[in-house]
Amino acid sequence: MSFQRKDLLGMEDLSSEEIIFILDTAKSFREILERPIKMVPTLRGKTVANLFFEPSTRTRLSFELAEKRLNATALSFSSLGSSVAKGETLLDTAKNILAMKVDCFVLRHTSPGTPHLLARELDVSVINAGDGAHEHPTQALLDLYTIRERKGRVEGLKMAIVGDISHSRVARSNIWGMVKLGAEVRICGPPTLIPPDIERMGAKVFYSPEKALQGVDVVMMLRIQKERQTRGLIPSVNEYKEFFSLTEERLDLARKDALVMHPGPVNRGVELPARIADGGRSIILDQVTNGVAVRMAILYLLLGKRRQARVK
Amino acid sequence: MALLIKGGRLIDPANGRDEELDILIEEGKIGKIARDIRALGRRIIDASGKVVSPGFIDLHTHLRQPGREDEETIETGSRAAAKGGFTTVCAMPNTEPPVDDPSLVEFVYGEARRCALVEVLPIATITAGRKGKDLSPMGRLSRAGAVAFSDDGEWVSDSNLMRRALEYVKMLNLPLISHCEDKTLSQEGVMNEGYCSTTLGLSGMPKQAEEVAVFRDLVLLGMTGSRLHVAHLSTSRGVELVREAKREGLRVTSEVTPHHLALTDREVRSFNTNTKMNPPLREEEDVAALKQGLKDGTIDIIATDHAPHAFEEKEVDYVMAPFGITSLETALGLVIRELLEKGTLTLMEILAKMTVNPARILGMAIGRIEEGARADLAIFDPKKTWKVREEEFLSRSTNSPFIGWELPGKVEWTIAGGRVVYQDRK
Repeated sequence: MSFQRKDLLGMEDLSSEEIIFILDTAKSFREILERPIKMVPTLRGKTVANLFFEPSTRTRLSFELAEKRLNATALSFSSLGSSVAKGETLLDTAKNILAMKVDCFVLRHTSPGTPHLLARELDVSVINAGDGAHEHPTQALLDLYTIRERKGRVEGLKMAIVGDISHSRVARSNIWGMVKLGAEVRICGPPTLIPPDIERMGAKVFYSPEKALQGVDVVMMLRIQKERQTRGLIPSVNEYKEFFSLTEERLDLARKDALVMHPGPVNRGVELPARIADGGRSIILDQVTNGVAVRMAILYLLLGKRRQARVK
Repeated sequence: MALLIKGGRLIDPANGRDEELDILIEEGKIGKIARDIRALGRRIIDASGKVVSPGFIDLHTHLRQPGREDEETIETGSRAAAKGGFTTVCAMPNTEPPVDDPSLVEFVYGEARRCALVEVLPIATITAGRKGKDLSPMGRLSRAGAVAFSDDGEWVSDSNLMRRALEYVKMLNLPLISHCEDKTLSQEGVMNEGYCSTTLGLSGMPKQAEEVAVFRDLVLLGMTGSRLHVAHLSTSRGVELVREAKREGLRVTSEVTPHHLALTDREVRSFNTNTKMNPPLREEEDVAALKQGLKDGTIDIIATDHAPHAFEEKEVDYVMAPFGITSLETALGLVIRELLEKGTLTLMEILAKMTVNPARILGMAIGRIEEGARADLAIFDPKKTWKVREEEFLSRSTNSPFIGWELPGKVEWTIAGGRVVYQDRK
């Protein structure tokens, strides 16, 4: 098995073999993160441009570090403080940066399909770091890596994803990934935040955590945004908290060895009480550590081997 | 200058005619229709093996002038229309400024007279400024020559105002064309709401936004006894509502676009912004219902909803891109592919939807081939295929999802008012 793609745009089109291959590759890079010198010369001479049109802490720094640890040059662009304020389009921004001879774009944007636009129009590798509510493949991959590392497998596990599913790229990417690797996926949230026909993606829908969390192996909590209140989707964040936050009582319904996950940033005291976020079952920070390894693996798989020049 | 069209298969739905006949055109009118008209030194167009139809009539075109001449003008739009076989187009009033004043109706007529290749008829707005608050001066607009009223792009959401608008047009005997969309339901949606929008993470426009609006409009139609034309139907329930209203004797007509017959929301997976339009592409069941609606007469006409957009405006992400595609030049090809070749309608039935039926809605004696009538004709080969190439569009804009498609049905000649306004040069 080898990874033949030019881009990583989403989980929906990846095969389970490709996913496992990426996770296996990430294992060797994870080991590097334990060494005193956390560097390998794998991508020396390559330049990766991180284009972030949305705020980000984890994903941005994680990619930057992954690039630097592979000895690539990391170029970070943030739309804040750039000529985007003067009306420059995404495509123009990318073309200009590409003209500076970079080898790869990592793109985070508010609009679905933007990495696909770059991948289609430009002759360079594109990694989707989150396109609106559509996909966040590197997040799902690091989540799957973390679960597999802790539980030894993904197949047959019961997962619950709780929160604002309709606006969540993390939920979508994880549903694809988990279903492809054979897990049972349950999604849970108020009906107004569950998108139509999502059962067709292979997930079971629950409106109450009391039902969704029964006997699960993994609980993944998502952040709830205040904006959903003003849009008539939930009456208030307080009511949401009352019905959907991960209290001790709710967590006790899961298996004793259940894992608590969150893509971050955590709204402490909203979807997750501080004590659970910092508690023994929480592997939130492991997710972050593994994220660097998984991103190193993806960069390696896309850029590491000598690729034949694509004729456009 | 006399023109003789020889050997073509004349299909004229208005008179139920389908036979091989020659047509002599003199002084802009149909002079004679008969077999074997003698040449006598007249210019001959050899139409053997081709269909000669009345020129098509489009009840729903956006020509963008005044205001967005970078996207299209009355002149360039008329060239695109001619290439598509259209000899009459009705220009929607959502221009900048909108056509809500007689002076703007006169402007459209003036521009058309000056440089349009085909007949351009202005539609005026229902409400002042298309703002949905006050009635526009529909009486004076009709005196100035507006042929219909529409706030297209917007639905008149104030039910009382729509009731009064429907009542008022009764004295003018002109159609009110409604863009049925309850925007409180479709909000920031950019595609059909359903499984596709769920997997793509894009905000959806539920079918119910159209259904609710169609239903409300039909209730008001029943209340007022007026006349209503439902623009660009896209949902199966919408078709069903119109079918039932007709059964009850309400004076409602409706239209469908060629692209809503050819594509579903699955196309959006490519994130090609030329799959973004309003109403959005729906699902298979809706396409089937639209075709059935055409077959049983629930849907009276095919209208293009030609919506040119500047390349730069479509070259952005899906959420930011404006709604709409260019449609005049691919209309015939798409309807032949989706309706004739798939056996849903005969050629006569298809042409009726593009000639006599729209003419009837407008209340005008056009869309027919009769001695003494204006010579508006489209000559095409329903079997000849052609490839849709971006550089060959005559419209100023090329925002089409059909670029690269092979379509059947090539317009070879278009004659408007007795003049050749389009000739295929291949």
